[in-house]
Amino acid sequence: MSDRHKLNVIGTPAAKVDGLTKSTGQEIYADDIDLPKMLFGKMLGAIVPHARIVSIDTSKAAALPGVKAIITGDDMPRKYGILPVSEDEYPLETDRVRFVGDPVAAVAAVDEATAEEAVRLIEVEYEELPTAFDIDEGLAPVAEEARIHDYGPRDNVHKLVNLHFGDVEGAIERADTVHEGVYFYSGNNHLAMEEHSAVAQYGADGRLTVWSSTQTPHYVHKAMAKVLDMPASRIRIVATPNGGGFGGKSDPFPHEFCAAKLSMESGRPVKITLTREEVFYMHRGRHPVLMWLRTGHDDQGHITALDFKSFVDGGSYGSYGVASTYYTGALQTVTYKIPNYRFRGVRVFTNKPACGPKRGHGTPQPRYALEIHLDKVAEKLGLDPVRMRRSMLVDEYTMTANHMRVTSCGLDECLAKIAEAADFERVRGTLPYGKGIGVAVGSYLSGAGLPIYWNKMPHTSVDLKVDRGGGVCAKCMEIDIGQGSNSVLAMTVAEVLGLTPDDVQLVVSDTDTTPIDLGSYSSRVTFMMGNAAKEAAEKIRDMLVAAVAEKLGLNATELVLRHRRVEHHGTGEGMRFAEAVPIAEAMFGQLSSTGSYTPPRLAGPYKGSGVGPSPAYSYSAAAVLVDVDPETGIVTPERVWMAHDVGRAVNPMLVEGQVEGSVYMALGEILMEEQVFRNGLHKIPSMLEYKSPTFLEMPPVETFIVESIDGEGPFGAKEVGQGPLLPMPPAVANAVYDAVGVRIDELPITPEKVMAALADKEKGGPGRFGPGGVPEVDFGEVLAVDPVWYDQPPEDWIPTVRRGEES
Amino acid sequence: MLRLPPFDFRNARSAAEAVDLWGESEGRAMFVAGGTDLIPNMKRRQFEPPVLVGIRRLEGGRDLQTDDGLELGAGVTLRQLAAAPNVRESYPGLAEAAGQVANLQIQRVGTIGGNLCVDTRCNYYNQTYEWRRSVGFCMKKDGDICLVAPGSSKCWAISSSDSAPILMALGATVDVLGTDGPRTISLGDMYQDDGIEYLTLKPGELMTAVRVPAPGNGQRSTYVKVRRRGSFDFPILGVGASLRIEDGRVRDARLVLGAVHTHPLAVTGVSELMEGETPTLELCEAAAELAYKRATPLDNADLVYYWRKQVTRVHVRRALARLCGLEVAPGGVR
Amino acid sequence: MKERIQLTVNGEVHDIVVDGNKTLMEVLREDLRLTGTKHGCELGECGTCTVLLDGEPVLSCLLLALDAEDSKIGTVEGLAAGSAPHELQIAFGELGASQCGYCSPGMLVSAAALLRDNPAPKREEIRDYLAGNLCRCTGYLKILEAIELAADRVSERRAAGETSPEHRIPARPAAEHGPDLEPIEGKRGSA
Ligand SMILES: Cc1cc2nc3c(=O)[nH]c(=O)nc-3n(C[C@H](O)[C@H](O)[C@H](O)COP(=O)(O)OP(=O)(O)OC[C@H]3O[C@@H](n4cnc5c(N)ncnc54)[C@H](O)[C@@H]3O)c2cc1C
Ligand code: FES
Ligand code: FES
Repeated sequence: MSDRHKLNVIGTPAAKVDGLTKSTGQEIYADDIDLPKMLFGKMLGAIVPHARIVSIDTSKAAALPGVKAIITGDDMPRKYGILPVSEDEYPLETDRVRFVGDPVAAVAAVDEATAEEAVRLIEVEYEELPTAFDIDEGLAPVAEEARIHDYGPRDNVHKLVNLHFGDVEGAIERADTVHEGVYFYSGNNHLAMEEHSAVAQYGADGRLTVWSSTQTPHYVHKAMAKVLDMPASRIRIVATPNGGGFGGKSDPFPHEFCAAKLSMESGRPVKITLTREEVFYMHRGRHPVLMWLRTGHDDQGHITALDFKSFVDGGSYGSYGVASTYYTGALQTVTYKIPNYRFRGVRVFTNKPACGPKRGHGTPQPRYALEIHLDKVAEKLGLDPVRMRRSMLVDEYTMTANHMRVTSCGLDECLAKIAEAADFERVRGTLPYGKGIGVAVGSYLSGAGLPIYWNKMPHTSVDLKVDRGGGVCAKCMEIDIGQGSNSVLAMTVAEVLGLTPDDVQLVVSDTDTTPIDLGSYSSRVTFMMGNAAKEAAEKIRDMLVAAVAEKLGLNATELVLRHRRVEHHGTGEGMRFAEAVPIAEAMFGQLSSTGSYTPPRLAGPYKGSGVGPSPAYSYSAAAVLVDVDPETGIVTPERVWMAHDVGRAVNPMLVEGQVEGSVYMALGEILMEEQVFRNGLHKIPSMLEYKSPTFLEMPPVETFIVESIDGEGPFGAKEVGQGPLLPMPPAVANAVYDAVGVRIDELPITPEKVMAALADKEKGGPGRFGPGGVPEVDFGEVLAVDPVWYDQPPEDWIPTVRRGEES
Repeated sequence: MLRLPPFDFRNARSAAEAVDLWGESEGRAMFVAGGTDLIPNMKRRQFEPPVLVGIRRLEGGRDLQTDDGLELGAGVTLRQLAAAPNVRESYPGLAEAAGQVANLQIQRVGTIGGNLCVDTRCNYYNQTYEWRRSVGFCMKKDGDICLVAPGSSKCWAISSSDSAPILMALGATVDVLGTDGPRTISLGDMYQDDGIEYLTLKPGELMTAVRVPAPGNGQRSTYVKVRRRGSFDFPILGVGASLRIEDGRVRDARLVLGAVHTHPLAVTGVSELMEGETPTLELCEAAAELAYKRATPLDNADLVYYWRKQVTRVHVRRALARLCGLEVAPGGVR
Repeated sequence: MKERIQLTVNGEVHDIVVDGNKTLMEVLREDLRLTGTKHGCELGECGTCTVLLDGEPVLSCLLLALDAEDSKIGTVEGLAAGSAPHELQIAFGELGASQCGYCSPGMLVSAAALLRDNPAPKREEIRDYLAGNLCRCTGYLKILEAIELAADRVSERRAAGETSPEHRIPARPAAEHGPDLEPIEGKRGSA
């Protein structure tokens, strides 16, 4: 690349633009907000897992001094839900509760202690109903009145998927070898350090403002208007900086509606901050998924067919569940060539907190199953697990059998990097008993190709406004949840305009003042907002260049913006950015611009194809070295090597941070974190007993950034926030096998499972701990879809820009 | 946010004043030392005392003397213990135990008195009021059955102190002061087999000091703690062990287990088994077998109880072997 | 019941009337509006609310405000010297040790106490010292790097004879506590 196109900001490690605000304690999170005359709200949760609400008596609570407002389900009798296909929640349930903790009433009082005392005084009479607590129970037939919801194909079945691409049976029959396996991935919580919090203020002007720690202010805005039956134009949602999200703040939540309604009732601002226990009940964390898979292979190990079933334990509400279910079958195909593919999935309702998206949304579970499975296949075929994987990777710029468009793919480089760094081929097999090494790969979206509700509007927009003094303000509804999206916005604008990131002022996450961004989920922000910001900045750049060219009599095509100047790329003749601005404003009027991004049409020709397509996929590969104490079963990860194809590292420091955070979170999931219930009641809703890794459990991580320079990403960038989680759980499981020869096909790998598997092995058994089988389920009518295959692109092939071809 | 119920707070300056203040409350006050156990319990409404008598600043309460044996004011913090060179030198097991409680922040505030009196734990009990209400409460608080062992007439909450097993193994005694005056009892006698009334202290009795005899010739001690994470977690098994090696023979071996019963469990028979023997791995294994048989973990703490029982054997063997200076093969045999 | 108390926070004395059953964390955040100190559990299980009590990192959610009267309290707001952030704060910002930033105030006050006592800590020592502070974003590694960077810079400056800005990390009271950092055998949990 000539010096002229050299990137000055993008690709350089840099401090986060809000780093110092955070490290000095100046950041204002939702619970830090204190408004004059503010009241404190508290919700009352159900104490039974499934029941009809017979009556609610709030009279004693109302009589308590200091109580200012009390609401129940009847005050907000309109349903909402993040997905239009499953709007099945009320902020406060009206006639039925579905899990322990399901909110039924809320109080606002002068202080939190009074509010808490008041909710304890509310008397609720329940008539208990039959319950379903796990996948098997969720699949069992139930009487109509006992169904958890009155929609879905049958009983407590929420969603069925039955997709068939190509001829799986035939390919299995023709395969050289066929392998089958069953796996279970348990559910776990995001455990963001900040407990959810919202402050609502209903003003005398009839306008409602809600400050909330949410990843999706736009969806909260929509739902708020619906539930409160108020014009959206009178509601303002401000997403406060999230003290961690990981997917756990992506739904509209009861406390947000309750704070709003209580404020409307009392005429005073109301704050509701959840307790840690309530956060465990609001949940929306990782779905527990039971999986079955069968693969056919040729004698080289190449996959000729994949048959996959997932059984998804949804908890009590729809949430993102329909999408989550599809996700458990969507991305198996984007890493390896799989010519024939069948996916059957079922999601059931159970009387537990609703599950939803957590880092990797629906994809870590099948990835876990597939990557352990392939490790077993490689062993049976006597193949090296890295080589076998590398011999069947998808090609760049192709389509998969299930119509996912793959653009850039640096997976081969990822595998090569970690194999070399870990000296995998040499180390494997030479380690002493108790030490083991394992590998696995993964892939994730750079933003969902389709919006959550059907529309043709942009997914994101960025407004830029240039001040006469040369200051640049970028506005976008994006919300920084710690991933660094504020920095990405500032850096992108700064790059195009030849400034530094701290020259760019940000106004973000406010439905009143910032243009649309759908939210911080599905790793969409860098890719989508980045493209929008780039477009907006390029418009400003063009105006500045035109103005300076005219003023100085230079050729506009030879001018560049760099080092806070607009200048000739060769001679350096030009002027300072701040000098150029008034000249351009005189020529064009106020210097403002908007950039937007709408993904290309990516959905395939079948129902359900809306979940999985992404404008680009990230890729990662991990190697993990573990120690297993064969006398106690305790697994200690000792080293991690992770290579991630991020397209382009916008800020390598933030990329590393996301990789390390993903590795950490994955280690929590694989080794200790688990939502455990006893008769529907969360057994351990506390940070002490829900175990998450401390400093002492975190091994060193060596990160390799692979840059495949995606043709459509901003400067070639893809995602990094979620993808690197995916290969970790199976890599650890594979390493445990390498260490002590037992297979733990169920998360988390607790010491007792290792001991049970070792004991089984001792007795001559297979030395495995995991689910025995899967239930028989009628997945409904097959949707047979002609597969697309990489060497036969369909006629309506979506044109894609390849690396190096970008403008 | 979880908050405390209302109470009156009275800070006492001397042990006598603390006992008096307790008396004035008509027996409804509770002592609070570091508060690191009591405050969370109060937030969850395990206790709602109308009066808290603060004993963090009692005169002499933080004195730590090692002239003749070890004498600790009950207000000595765990961090003080873990860091004191004399303790680390002469009573290493005690320093190890104190240094493994919770985390550093808690060790700086938590006291040895509070640690020895720490409430018994159970995952049906250490929960908020609303949570307990939805399981129908247990006999330890607000209910009348044991939810872990529903047929049981007694409460099975687990003794979870890290310092108790090792201090018992070191033969500690405690000084207490009550409205009837002072008395000294052996630490072991301070505990009884009941998850609710786990202490034999009389109402209003204040622990003022802990004494440990000077180490004998060749005495060694250790404390092994099993927990999921290297920080924060209560023990799911504690192994306090002390013995002397004299002329190549084991003397005065004492083994006390924590977190496997309602009280710290002195494993009887270990002293007799090991007394006068040459230290070998087989000997340690045999002692570990005794410990394994006595441990009765139940399904009310982290990780499954049969695993907790199973690893008792491993950790006791390893602890004793280390004390005996024997090599423990890492990772066992294939 | 309302109580009148005097709290010394970051060198400033506050005479306030508060509910006697409030913890120090509640009083700092709600009565003194020092919202830099965060909370994630209120039960001593996360370390987010860590503050300095006479120079020692402790959990403000477990400490009665009334019981903190005679002590000097330090919070994240007190680390900077006027408008000059503490080296640690700069390094945290610079290296991405604050992702969402919610755990940072607690981490920072712990780290500041560590560097005061041990200006050149080894990585193991930092880990042990901060093991009572959870972070869900970073995987801890950037935090370790940031503390090392800050420590290096402070020593470089000292070596060059420069004085660093007068940061208000209270000194510990004399002798009562021994050093925090000597490794203790078997310190790491067995599980
Ligand atoms: C997250 C977390 C993790 C923890 N992990 C551990 C752990 O791993 N191991 C462990 O052992 N403990 C642990 N604890 C419990 C507790 O922090 C320690 O046991 C600590 O030592 C208690 O001391 P304290 O001074 O804070 O006790 P306090 O809370 O003040 O008192 C505890 C009890 O003892 C009584 N008491 C205190 N002092 C006296 C006295 N002198 N005489 C008579 N009665 C007295 C009190 O009335 C109260 O009932 C943990 C606590 C938390 C919050
Ligand atoms: S708020 Fe979690 S330890 Fe204090
Ligand atoms: S930076 Fe988010 S919790 Fe630590």
